[in-house]
Amino acid sequence: MNELLLLLLPLAAAVLAALWPHDRSRPWLLPATGTLHAGLAFGLLLHPPKTPFHDWLGGDPLARAVLPAVSLLFLACAAYGVPYLRLRPERPNRVFIAGFLAALGLISAAHMARHLGVLWIAVEAVTLCSVPLIHFNNTPRAFEATWKYLLVGGTGIALSLLGSFCLGYSSLHGGGTGDLTFAGLAAQGTGLSRPWVLAAWSLLLVGYGTKMGLAPMHTWKPDAYGEAPGIVGAMLAGGVTTVAFTAVLRVRAVVEAAGAGVVANRTLMAIGLFSMLVAALFLLSTRDFKRMLAYSSVEHMGILSLGAALGGAGLWAAFFHVWNNSMTKGALFLSAGNIRRAAGGRTLDEVSGMSLVTPRSAALFLAGLFAITACPPFGPFFSELLIVKSAFATGHGGAAAMFLGCLLLAFFGLTRVVFGVVDGRPKAAARRVDPRFRETLAVLLPPLVLLLLALGLGLATPELLREAWTAAVKQLSPGP
Amino acid sequence: MSDWLNLLTGLAMGLNLVALGTSRLPSLIRVAAVQGMVLGIMPLVIEHEFRVMVVVVSVATVVMKGFVIPALLRRAMRAANIDRDLHPLIDFLPSLLLGAAGMIAAVLLARWLPLLPEHQKSLLVAGSLASVFTGLLLLIGRSKAISQVCGYLILENGIYLFGLLLIHSVPLLVEGGILLDLTVAVFVTGIIVDRIQRAFDSLDTRKLTVLRE
Repeated sequence: MNELLLLLLPLAAAVLAALWPHDRSRPWLLPATGTLHAGLAFGLLLHPPKTPFHDWLGGDPLARAVLPAVSLLFLACAAYGVPYLRLRPERPNRVFIAGFLAALGLISAAHMARHLGVLWIAVEAVTLCSVPLIHFNNTPRAFEATWKYLLVGGTGIALSLLGSFCLGYSSLHGGGTGDLTFAGLAAQGTGLSRPWVLAAWSLLLVGYGTKMGLAPMHTWKPDAYGEAPGIVGAMLAGGVTTVAFTAVLRVRAVVEAAGAGVVANRTLMAIGLFSMLVAALFLLSTRDFKRMLAYSSVEHMGILSLGAALGGAGLWAAFFHVWNNSMTKGALFLSAGNIRRAAGGRTLDEVSGMSLVTPRSAALFLAGLFAITACPPFGPFFSELLIVKSAFATGHGGAAAMFLGCLLLAFFGLTRVVFGVVDGRPKAAARRVDPRFRETLAVLLPPLVLLLLALGLGLATPELLREAWTAAVKQLSPGP
Repeated sequence: MSDWLNLLTGLAMGLNLVALGTSRLPSLIRVAAVQGMVLGIMPLVIEHEFRVMVVVVSVATVVMKGFVIPALLRRAMRAANIDRDLHPLIDFLPSLLLGAAGMIAAVLLARWLPLLPEHQKSLLVAGSLASVFTGLLLLIGRSKAISQVCGYLILENGIYLFGLLLIHSVPLLVEGGILLDLTVAVFVTGIIVDRIQRAFDSLDTRKLTVLRE
């Protein structure tokens, strides 16, 4: 029952936001909903339901392993949203807040979806809810980004629907009764018609991979992340992408049950490594620090795919990395938002010396850089180390070598941009910071908390989370 | 029964070629609308017995795809007051040839894929693949935002055709949800098209090139 609340509470709050009369007080709905949602999500983590709520939707181990991370990230973004929207009184925030809250509810639904059709509907709805979020700034550049997001994302999501139908047909062809729950499909196992399963896998991987932002379907990502407000970028990079990742994992489990696990793992590994390579190369050339975060997100989606392809310990590490990625990306996007407002620009040509202008945000941004490039003792170091270990243990030495090489290139690219922004002499325009954009506690605390969480995950991973990840790996592995 | 279905599917496939060959925006919108209506009546032809849900989905599809969405697109077109020629990135003759080749490939691919006995004589899979291909071709090959939306609609029509294979087994509740999502998608797209027009004073997506490395 609580599971249903995870979905309904944010949707109800979205309706309330749409009806709320005052622009000034409306943003408080964000942290209020975020707190309740986080409470519910951690309730799900602490007290797992004996059986999921429904065959179609429920808090199964996979949802438990990932959803609380998204909920925490949302809470931080929501807390940041209140001071942020106060800084933007010129933009009406009714649609923005309603869309943001609805996106949380639909993300929860997609994480808990146990039915192929329900999953697709939820992911499509998340995509549509994020449209008003991306063009919040109302500039021509924001519309261009939104159009590309709609076109690329819409095509991807359409192909994943075709893939869902193919998977459904493979079940029918194998003599199934048309039960499209993931449990039902996996139970049919090798009875699924193999050509249709392979067609479904490739379409669904392309479709949901577009939402994840795996290369070469990542082209919408730099534009959308670059033009959207920081809290939206954080939710897209740490929330929406994880939805697509769990979708890929659920489909992969069915494909593995159908006896095509080797093919699935090989394609996941190839696309993951390719994403890392593409991201690393673009990171070496980009001069815009918000687009840089988008390419970094492409890289981390590649890491998740590689972890998932390795299975077992690698998959466990991928769940660990989902948490690390959500927390670290959140801290980076929020601190980047502070810097961007104070500097009035986003590229290395316009911005430098921000450690003198916004010292605290610059320090957070720098610490976030060390976290995301997997420096110990931040969480990403440990999850990426586990992925390398599991790659060697399963005899994928070449993949591990390429993984490490891409990480190194990405490290060069990221440090180049971040130090360019933080270090040096401030540009003339940035020295006269609008007093509205001074660093207040309200805009520093959310990224700081996220960063501390990323640190805490690395230093002492809670036993509770470890168990939740183990349970999720067990749910996704075929067996008696 | 099956003949009627094949006739309608063949009609939808023919409309794909018309969509590729047309050089005017209003006729492209009309083609997408007619194709949507043809698709909308298919569930009634397939179902043997009368079910309320089938009729509801069928009527909703015809109304949405045949009237509401085209009206929305025409309004956007009129508001934008754009020139009605399509300015293709891939010219009409090459698009037609590619479309025809895609159709032949779709028929061959549908023959090669394993199908249930009751679907073996049906054109649904071939029609679906051909429409998906046509939709992608229009998405890539036309530069106006509204014509890209039409391409997207034809792509969706192709997927809908495939979904008809599952109509006996998939609960129509899911199909209803999917239809609702698609409708909202086009509404959202329509609004964005309108905003792009205001921001750029043009609906030519070739002008959307500020964001690049």
